[in-house]
Amino acid sequence: MSEFEQMRRRAIEKWRLLQASKLPVIFIGMASCGKAAGAGEVLQVLKARLKDARVKARIVEVGCIGPCYLEPLLDVKLPGQPRVSYSNVNPDKVKRIVESHIVKREPQKLIAAGHFGNGDGSIPAGIPRFFDLPMLKPQVRVVLRNCGFIDPGDIDHYLANEGYLGAVKALAMTPADVISEVREAGLRGRGGAGFPTFKKWEVCRNAPGKVKYMICNADEGDPGAFMNRSLLEGDPHAVLEGLLIAAYAIGASHGYIYIRAEYPLAIARLKQALVQMRHYGFLGNNIQGSGFNFDITIKEGAGAFVCGEETALIASIEGKRGMPKSRPPFPAVSGLHGKPTIINNVETLGTLPNILRNGASWYRQLGCEGNPGTKTFSLVGKVRRTGLIEVPLGMTLRQIIFDIGGGTRKPFKAVQTGGPSGGCLSDEFLDTPINYESLTAAGSIMGSGGLIIMDEDTCVVDIARYFLDFTQKESCGKCSPCRVGSRHMVEILERITKGEGQPEDLIRLQVLGETVKRGSLCGLGQTAPNPVLTTLRYFRQEYLSHVKDKHCPATVCRELLEYRVVPGKCTGCQRCVSVCPTGAITGPRAEPHNLDPSKCIKCRACYEICRYDAIAGDAIIIRSKGQPQYEQQA
Amino acid sequence: MFAGFSGEQGDLIPLLQKVQADVGYISEEAIEAISGFLRCSDNQVFGVASFYSQFRFVQPGRHSVKVCLGTACHVKGGQVLCEAVERELGVVPGQTTSDLRFDLQRVACLGCCALAPVIQVNDDVHSRMAVIRLKGVLNKYE
Repeated sequence: MSEFEQMRRRAIEKWRLLQASKLPVIFIGMASCGKAAGAGEVLQVLKARLKDARVKARIVEVGCIGPCYLEPLLDVKLPGQPRVSYSNVNPDKVKRIVESHIVKREPQKLIAAGHFGNGDGSIPAGIPRFFDLPMLKPQVRVVLRNCGFIDPGDIDHYLANEGYLGAVKALAMTPADVISEVREAGLRGRGGAGFPTFKKWEVCRNAPGKVKYMICNADEGDPGAFMNRSLLEGDPHAVLEGLLIAAYAIGASHGYIYIRAEYPLAIARLKQALVQMRHYGFLGNNIQGSGFNFDITIKEGAGAFVCGEETALIASIEGKRGMPKSRPPFPAVSGLHGKPTIINNVETLGTLPNILRNGASWYRQLGCEGNPGTKTFSLVGKVRRTGLIEVPLGMTLRQIIFDIGGGTRKPFKAVQTGGPSGGCLSDEFLDTPINYESLTAAGSIMGSGGLIIMDEDTCVVDIARYFLDFTQKESCGKCSPCRVGSRHMVEILERITKGEGQPEDLIRLQVLGETVKRGSLCGLGQTAPNPVLTTLRYFRQEYLSHVKDKHCPATVCRELLEYRVVPGKCTGCQRCVSVCPTGAITGPRAEPHNLDPSKCIKCRACYEICRYDAIAGDAIIIRSKGQPQYEQQA
Repeated sequence: MFAGFSGEQGDLIPLLQKVQADVGYISEEAIEAISGFLRCSDNQVFGVASFYSQFRFVQPGRHSVKVCLGTACHVKGGQVLCEAVERELGVVPGQTTSDLRFDLQRVACLGCCALAPVIQVNDDVHSRMAVIRLKGVLNKYE
């Protein structure tokens, strides 16, 4: 029996013992998002409660399973019962879970989210299967298969769940066979552009030179996107195994992981995983007796959005300002320190072990023609069920937003795909299957997978200004179309949101946007105008209201708004008078107050206190000044 | 300070990160020390440091306030919140109050999009913030 097979059997036995544990096992989601929602406090209370109840239990800290809106999540697995998951856990619920479920063995169906049983008889009545929940049922978990299930700090958990099988299989093949397997699978880069992974690899494999580098791009810079963070926090070995496979295929002896410094937990998990990898013989010289040598270094990024671009990322690793270079030469020929270099995204690498383990034909069954496989998305914004999801490519936006996300509370308006480089799509695209080509045709991009949902309370002109302001600030300044063009576009958009726009501004925006797109050196500039160009195309009416009527239909653009007191509703409680920072509201107690618009700075303090305070009412309203029939309504 | 570094240009960013972790900001003296070690000019070091948003050049306050202006927070009123913090502290992002109590930064995304809008004071994330809750939150930090 090989050494690997022995390690694997030991790991499987360890995993079986955990599943068949005589003690209660408690799984708690401790990824960054869980911690922000209060999982740390839940864990402390849990430990104290267990001690009070004199119960011994095993606590396993796991990664994120996906539904952020249910965080913090806490699962209980008792001997002879399936694992039951509790959502939005707070100290009160912990008390109830410990006293009733763990001590009395009675799962609490009123507060349980779901169970993980496999139809084996003992399923507690009244609790649905977790994977039958509407958010999870349409999903197909390939990359995220282990997230939330295994302890990311334990390589044995990963090994027991078919971990490193793909790498061992790859090491027994020739590099050329590994590349052709990935070609057969049809895997396309998950970082955004969708370039076939094998093509890049082939170029690098065939490039002359002994020293080659393999880089994992974990510089997830899009605001509102956290797919890579969740994967690295929940299953770091999957990405590292992928990195090992890729390095073997292209013949690289050294690898880098370029990761944002803003992800401290992911960095800690990776460091821990690298130590275990070395200890188990997956790193260093003669990996698993194959004669292949490989080592990995972690490089922390220092906060620059443009470093997601390949050549800028390489410059940053070399200790320079992260500015892109013109291509060719492509990094696959001349990259880090002038050597052939491949840069793959976290999710691309996380997919590789699955392809190698199960074969290309298995992978091709998922997804649609020309776009095989699955893609992870972070679903955020004004949608009911926010979180991290993984779906086969070819699913429609309607399925993702309404079936998985549960739709919006107010009427749906738009979805921004691809982060700041993507586009804003209207409801006419809801039935478009999602793939690289369809999104590009609509003027957007797949991007790394951020989906930001907007409802009628979101102003698309303001959103376009927001994204462009972001990319303009992140522009490295090397080429003038991006540096100067994006600046002018932001200025025009600011004018429009202030109600100072002219009808010609829309034409100027269009021309400038197309110029920046065509003339910029790297992907940042080439995609920066997308949010503006798509909103101009699909939401022109909203731009026209801002320009012609000086009216913001979503009541967002501050210069076009007005705060007013509705005299009939105002109880004269003086709450708003006390919070107003400029003394704009006056009036004696118990009489309707006066709001002086010339002093009002629209800071929302009075509006919030009037809505959230029981004594006050909804007497302060925010209205768009240019709204038609405004006078009658007010 | 330079233990474990070989003096190659690739060490520059890790060195700056180490200085910032130890001292809290990149002082002129630190820039001079690094340029001496890497045998390059002060301008080269400052040029790289100022390119990246992670590095700061003024002394931080005792408490560090970060206002999230990621997409989800923006949609839920992050800008209005940020201006309220600026009014409350009397500084603009990137500055420290004169009594060194608070420094203020705006950040692109804290990754708590489901809890927007958020501000972070030191390591505490305050979720679902409102302008009227701001004073109460800041008063907790002396």
